Amino acid sequence: MNETLTDKLGVLFPDNRCRQVLDSIVMDVAPDTLVRTMERLKTYPDLGFTMLLDITAVDYLTYPEETSTRFKVVYVLRNWSRNWLLQVVVEVADPERGLPSVSTIWGAADWAEREVYDQYGIVFTGHPDLRRILNHWQFKGHPLRKDYDIRQGQICFETDSLEREIRARLATKGVDESTMRDINTEMMFLNLGPSHPATHGAIRIFTALDGETIMANVNEIGYLHRGFEKTAEHRTYNQVIPLTDRLNYCSALLNNIAYVKAVESWLGLEITERAMFMRVVLSEFFRIQDHLVCLAANLVDMGGLTNYWYLYNEKEASYDLISRLTGARLTSSFTRIGGMYRDFYEGWEADMEHQLAAIEKGVDDSLSLVLQNRIVHDRTQGTCLLPAETALSYGFTGPNLRASGVAFDLRKDNPYYHYDAFDFNVPVGSTGDIYDRIMVRFEEIFESIKIIRQAMKMIPDGDIFVFDHRYVLPPKEQVYNRIEGLANHFKLIFEGVKVSAGEWYDSFEAANGELGFYFVSDGSGRPYKLKVRPPCFYAMAGFHTMVEGEMIADAVINLGSINIIGGELDR
Amino acid sequence: MALGIEASLGDSIVTTKLDAIVNWGRQYSLWPMVFGTACCAIEFMSAAASQHDISRFGAEVVRFSPRQADLMLVCGTISYKQAPILKRIYEQMPEPKWVVAMGACASSGGIYDNYCTVQGIDTVIPVDVYISGCPPRPEAVLDALIKIQEQIRTESVLVDRHKDFKGILD
Repeated sequence: MNETLTDKLGVLFPDNRCRQVLDSIVMDVAPDTLVRTMERLKTYPDLGFTMLLDITAVDYLTYPEETSTRFKVVYVLRNWSRNWLLQVVVEVADPERGLPSVSTIWGAADWAEREVYDQYGIVFTGHPDLRRILNHWQFKGHPLRKDYDIRQGQICFETDSLEREIRARLATKGVDESTMRDINTEMMFLNLGPSHPATHGAIRIFTALDGETIMANVNEIGYLHRGFEKTAEHRTYNQVIPLTDRLNYCSALLNNIAYVKAVESWLGLEITERAMFMRVVLSEFFRIQDHLVCLAANLVDMGGLTNYWYLYNEKEASYDLISRLTGARLTSSFTRIGGMYRDFYEGWEADMEHQLAAIEKGVDDSLSLVLQNRIVHDRTQGTCLLPAETALSYGFTGPNLRASGVAFDLRKDNPYYHYDAFDFNVPVGSTGDIYDRIMVRFEEIFESIKIIRQAMKMIPDGDIFVFDHRYVLPPKEQVYNRIEGLANHFKLIFEGVKVSAGEWYDSFEAANGELGFYFVSDGSGRPYKLKVRPPCFYAMAGFHTMVEGEMIADAVINLGSINIIGGELDR
Repeated sequence: MALGIEASLGDSIVTTKLDAIVNWGRQYSLWPMVFGTACCAIEFMSAAASQHDISRFGAEVVRFSPRQADLMLVCGTISYKQAPILKRIYEQMPEPKWVVAMGACASSGGIYDNYCTVQGIDTVIPVDVYISGCPPRPEAVLDALIKIQEQIRTESVLVDRHKDFKGILD
């Protein structure tokens, strides 16, 4: 499959070097041909890279091997229908001169380039609004550069007003001071957030209103930027797992699994069958939890408080099973590189089945309030539309993309952990309105329950670890009684799992969409660089296209329907 | 059976200290303002939901307007970008007010000892009760609520508790 892509790229771009890394092709591109190459990659029907998944940079300042330039920028592209993944690597000779912006080609590039600028100080010429995104506007320096000290905090005294940005946005709509004078009205500027019940976390939604209609919308994020990526560079590979819990904290275990899967695929580590099935069961279970919280909160925003009890009570009840299994309610940290932390406890099947039945009942109860409800239909159908093309351009993934009618699901399209052996459907919406997003999530809960029931029948007995002590801690009996075991344990704890040098991207279908990890390893036990491709970030980047022209009240439920989780959005 | 001055006032009048009566009222009708930013806010949702039911302690009237609240629950990590907002919202709350720092991040920065995280919200606003845990269980939230209630009981209504507080943003 990827051979055909390599051939095509070889014919179209004979000057560029291509190589295969895991399931993606990496292509080096010169800065001066970047925009032309990117345009062709997107528009050539043979290539059709309609999705820009992520942009990130690498700072090679302290990298053991010498590189020709200090910075490189990596673009991760996907052709979803053919399951092609392409990384375009560009060398940056001078970060201040930077690279040309690709934000006219993909909507997703707008925020992605701002993040690279903020974290690495690489300029993108031609970008419409290049300013900081995660760090505050009074911040000096670029924290992900290797010469920035991790503990050098900078105090912010004042919040950015965003007035210039919203006026610029209004101007692109053809609304300025003179039009306002002509129709004898005034724009009202309204802030939702950063501390507002409708934002489900800390996001600032800044709107310009004409009556109740949103004329322009600018969003500010970064209020929960906790330095995940910089912190991860100072931790061993296994020590990063607790940090991944706190990305999408509504489905912590999914992040754990996504992260270790990314490391294991680079190590070429085949985990045991039982561990695979455990991961399938648990990831689907947590996908359900995530959707339950999202739907509960979204329906509360609409005024349906009863739904909150029906849906959230089942999540609360699930915590009994989760905390019995993992020891924690929310932050599970349940995976390890090479397997799982613990096996299922005895009698888990009955608990799981009981819980699944309870969830089915809760969801059915909630659906009985929603499905025939005129108010819900009127409020959600046809509002805040997201056409498939816009969704792809802004890098929407997961349920939000599927609600727009694009049947892309990594579990089907690039299956891992035997997902191809399970019988399940991928629910898709038709128009991409709020109703579709809600219903896709409801349907996915039932599909996930189906997968769990199948996996529970098929799960084999056996080990949950690979017994390879380069990666996995030896049993305690060996640690206490034998010098090899002790040395092994010591080395794994202090130095971490040694991961061979290289750069790779690996992705996973999380509850919110494609959760990807971009790693650079220098061969040591700590990641040289670890970038998360958070599904929320790109959903939020396209938020303004959905709400402009809609009512302010719809913006609130729209935010709930795309399920923004601060931990993942800002990292 | 009234004694002293109460004996001469009749059955319909009870005498007490101002502190006792005002604090009794404040204690059992706390109106929380949830400053939820991260994972801890999810656990606060659990504390508010049916199973743990925060209304058993008289604090279920969750206000999202600081002007109507007297108990601030800071649930989650506070970054330097967020800090001025936290301070502003705290200042918008009318006196008397109490603050709970929920979880490791709000108490001390938690596992995020880095360039963007405030190392404990007590560098920005005064804090009355800290809850440990990452995130704390809902029971711990209820425990903190009881601690605040005990603290209120012993306070004097005349003392301005945080007159001399100076944070990094002051």
